[in-house]
Amino acid sequence: MVGKGAMSNSIEELANTDFLFVAGSNTTEAHPVIALRMKRAVRNGATLVVVDPRKIELTRWANRHLQIRLGTDIPLYNAMARVMIEEELYDRDYVENRTEGFQQFARHVEMYTPEYASDICGISPEDIVRTAREFGAAAPKASICYTVGVTEHSCGSHNVQALANLGMMAGLFGRPNAGVNPLRGQNNVQGASDAGAIPTDLPGYQKIESPGVREKFERAWGAKLPKRRGITKITAMDQMLRGKVRAVYVMGENTVVSDPHANHAKKALEAADFLVVQDIFMTDTARLADVVLPAASFAESEGTFANSERRVQRVRPAVPPPGEAQPDVDILLQLFRRMGKPQNSRTAEDAWDEMRRLSPIHAGITYKRLDQEGGLQWPCPNEEHPGSMYLHGDDMESGMPGFFAPVDHIPPAEQPDEQYPLALTTGRRRSTYHTGTQTGRAAGFDLLVPHEFLEINPADASELSIRNGEKVRVTSRRGEVEVHANVTEKSPRGTVFMSFAFPDSTLTNALTSDAYDFITETPEFKACAVRVERIPNIQHAANGKTPSAD
Amino acid sequence: MTTARHETETSRDLQVEVNGVAVACPTGSRMLDAVRLAGFDVPTLCYDERVGPQGSCRTCMVEVEVNGRTETVASCTAFAEQGARVATHSSEIKEYRRTLLELLLSETASPANCPKCNSFGTCEFHQTAEEYGARLDRFPPIPQRTPAKDPNPFIQRDYDYCIACYRCTNVCNEWEQADAITVQGRGQESNIFSFFNNNLLDSPCTFCGQCINTCPTGALTNRKTVGKIQADKIERTKTICPYCGVGCGINLLSQDGELMGAEPDFDSPSRGSLCVKGQFASWEFVKSEERLKYPLIKENGAFRRASWDEALDRVAAQFKDAMASHGPDSVVCWASARVVTEASYLMQKFARVAIGTNNIDNCSRT
Repeated sequence: MVGKGAMSNSIEELANTDFLFVAGSNTTEAHPVIALRMKRAVRNGATLVVVDPRKIELTRWANRHLQIRLGTDIPLYNAMARVMIEEELYDRDYVENRTEGFQQFARHVEMYTPEYASDICGISPEDIVRTAREFGAAAPKASICYTVGVTEHSCGSHNVQALANLGMMAGLFGRPNAGVNPLRGQNNVQGASDAGAIPTDLPGYQKIESPGVREKFERAWGAKLPKRRGITKITAMDQMLRGKVRAVYVMGENTVVSDPHANHAKKALEAADFLVVQDIFMTDTARLADVVLPAASFAESEGTFANSERRVQRVRPAVPPPGEAQPDVDILLQLFRRMGKPQNSRTAEDAWDEMRRLSPIHAGITYKRLDQEGGLQWPCPNEEHPGSMYLHGDDMESGMPGFFAPVDHIPPAEQPDEQYPLALTTGRRRSTYHTGTQTGRAAGFDLLVPHEFLEINPADASELSIRNGEKVRVTSRRGEVEVHANVTEKSPRGTVFMSFAFPDSTLTNALTSDAYDFITETPEFKACAVRVERIPNIQHAANGKTPSAD
Repeated sequence: MTTARHETETSRDLQVEVNGVAVACPTGSRMLDAVRLAGFDVPTLCYDERVGPQGSCRTCMVEVEVNGRTETVASCTAFAEQGARVATHSSEIKEYRRTLLELLLSETASPANCPKCNSFGTCEFHQTAEEYGARLDRFPPIPQRTPAKDPNPFIQRDYDYCIACYRCTNVCNEWEQADAITVQGRGQESNIFSFFNNNLLDSPCTFCGQCINTCPTGALTNRKTVGKIQADKIERTKTICPYCGVGCGINLLSQDGELMGAEPDFDSPSRGSLCVKGQFASWEFVKSEERLKYPLIKENGAFRRASWDEALDRVAAQFKDAMASHGPDSVVCWASARVVTEASYLMQKFARVAIGTNNIDNCSRT
């Protein structure tokens, strides 16, 4: 495994690569501006291979669409690795000098012949071989991009590992116009992790369980720090139901709607003795709270966001917050005081400066530089450093190796069966965002996507006598919803698709699986089993408009 | 922006002299690049650097002396040549540009009513016309293009201001590769059109708004903002789009302390790119009447308004209570992928220092 949860390279570099391998990323809809660079690469002559069970819009630009069966990534990637080893299409120099575990890995993937993989993932052996050859030939000027289509599986971290194995074989790290690039979903998901808002890491990905690290922070913060790693959200919710977690502080997140198996999340939060929610709207999660704290929005706050390519950029207030709402930073500073732990910081910039003094990757990034230079990419170890377009450029000196970890196919936790014969996968649409609290309030957006749609293949629809635009009922083991059908070839036979942007009328996450990756605890949003039925004897909505993406 | 550390500098081996200033430009440069490298500028009404030269407006004309020949070329299309001497503002060239601008003024609606100038400051075309002293009455007016009757709520199409520069179609087809709009007809009869009924909602348009952003005139504007904001009152705040992890630069537009709209920030690494959300949905939710304005405390199942003092004291007391009765690990804190990094930093420090637990997470998993 190499790297951190960030793009190894930069967005702009995607336009200059020769081979783009895009897996589980509906880029034109979820990251439209990154998709521009991919389209540019294709126009510049790059080969684009898209791995996705659905015929997503990006496939229009692709040289090849590897339409895999839902949740069968690993056999495909392992088989590509096998071809590259057999035909000596890997970067021997890179593998020998900068990685460990290759021999064991090579033995492991031996069983993944293209034919064997093909039986599992549904891609022809010829296409597997062809893709591996093209990838190997283009490397290291090749880039792997992936997003939640890869990670939101119960084998998500193994999927990522399988892609990283390919990246290491091809020598894609520490080089321009290359890399293994997770495209991050939300505006500041990168910043939240960078800042250490994760149970295992202090700011800058420094491990809480490393004694030297913890002591540094204890000195700086003047406090004893807990030694053991904390629990993730998923575990915390289980512990709420078991009475072990009693008080919950939620900042800026609509957990009840965005989390899988929504009924479970709601029950868990209700079970806690005390819930405080700090947000800009009365979300479904805030409704469950004992205390609601009104926060300022991005347009009313000072601070920074870090984007997918590790670029820290300034956020500035344009207007004052409404009523008595306050910036999150201010609220937290007051709470520290009331807990008897007053802070020296007065402003967002103070907090940033404190963080950068403790986080070597951020050390050289100051507000002043951000104002003058317009954005800096970590690692940026000192104030003279221009920031890093790509990671691992210096790892030869630091001696950091990448580890090949052999992984095997693990099917999605819930498979279609007689009772629930279709696979449901969920995702995004371009003109709606997440749970719709923001796009749902923008005039005109209802014309682009008026409500939720269930995308279903014509053959499946015809078997179920479902017509385009009519309302259907979707049921899983955990819940049921009603939704308009969108009969489309975009969905492969046997797999249906929904987003989760209209929770008031269609709570998609009432259906989704409660399985999750056992390493990262990322929920398996991408696969569960459902039944789809016509709703008899109702007036069918005349509105047959399909989403703009079609 | 700084050049990031691993970027390689292309070699600059073409020597060109612009208005007496010597510059070295990379092989393959256009004359326009040389002009700008030398610190000068010329009007470029049909040029968008993201899609390269169109060469139709001719306002970027310069005089070039090279290898014993003197010629007048469009600097956006002509390649820079070794040893060329370029004049950008000779009196002939200036007069030539003024005439071109006067011709364009004669075929478009009055600058006094220009939607872009009135709402957002100046449009590139009218600003250039003013700079060159172009007269409105130099040429008799000729029929203008007809504004499109398009009910879409995002893009206002006032083609009586269109100068047929084709930046919009180039950006749509070449840069966005959305293929939503095209040019129909030739010359004065040409207009911008989308299949099949010229209604963008029925076209492949994704409403990324790049056509609005590149349009040098008032022909294409943001329908949500135009006419609602006054150029002399507008305030711009440089910030980052609140949606996905790409982090495109935007300027928020406000007037009298009220948020009115957003526009792309061309000086950011995203180079002016936005999608429909950043372009048309990045500010209305901020102004929503449904925003939380006061702290609330739930009593007997219903919320009541509380003071900050009361609300924060309640929170602190409840945390202390849970810590005392069940230990610090009975508290969990969840930071957010939606708030500034500084807030997430303080949140994790709060969990670790004020509570004494590593039970801190964020929504990166969901």
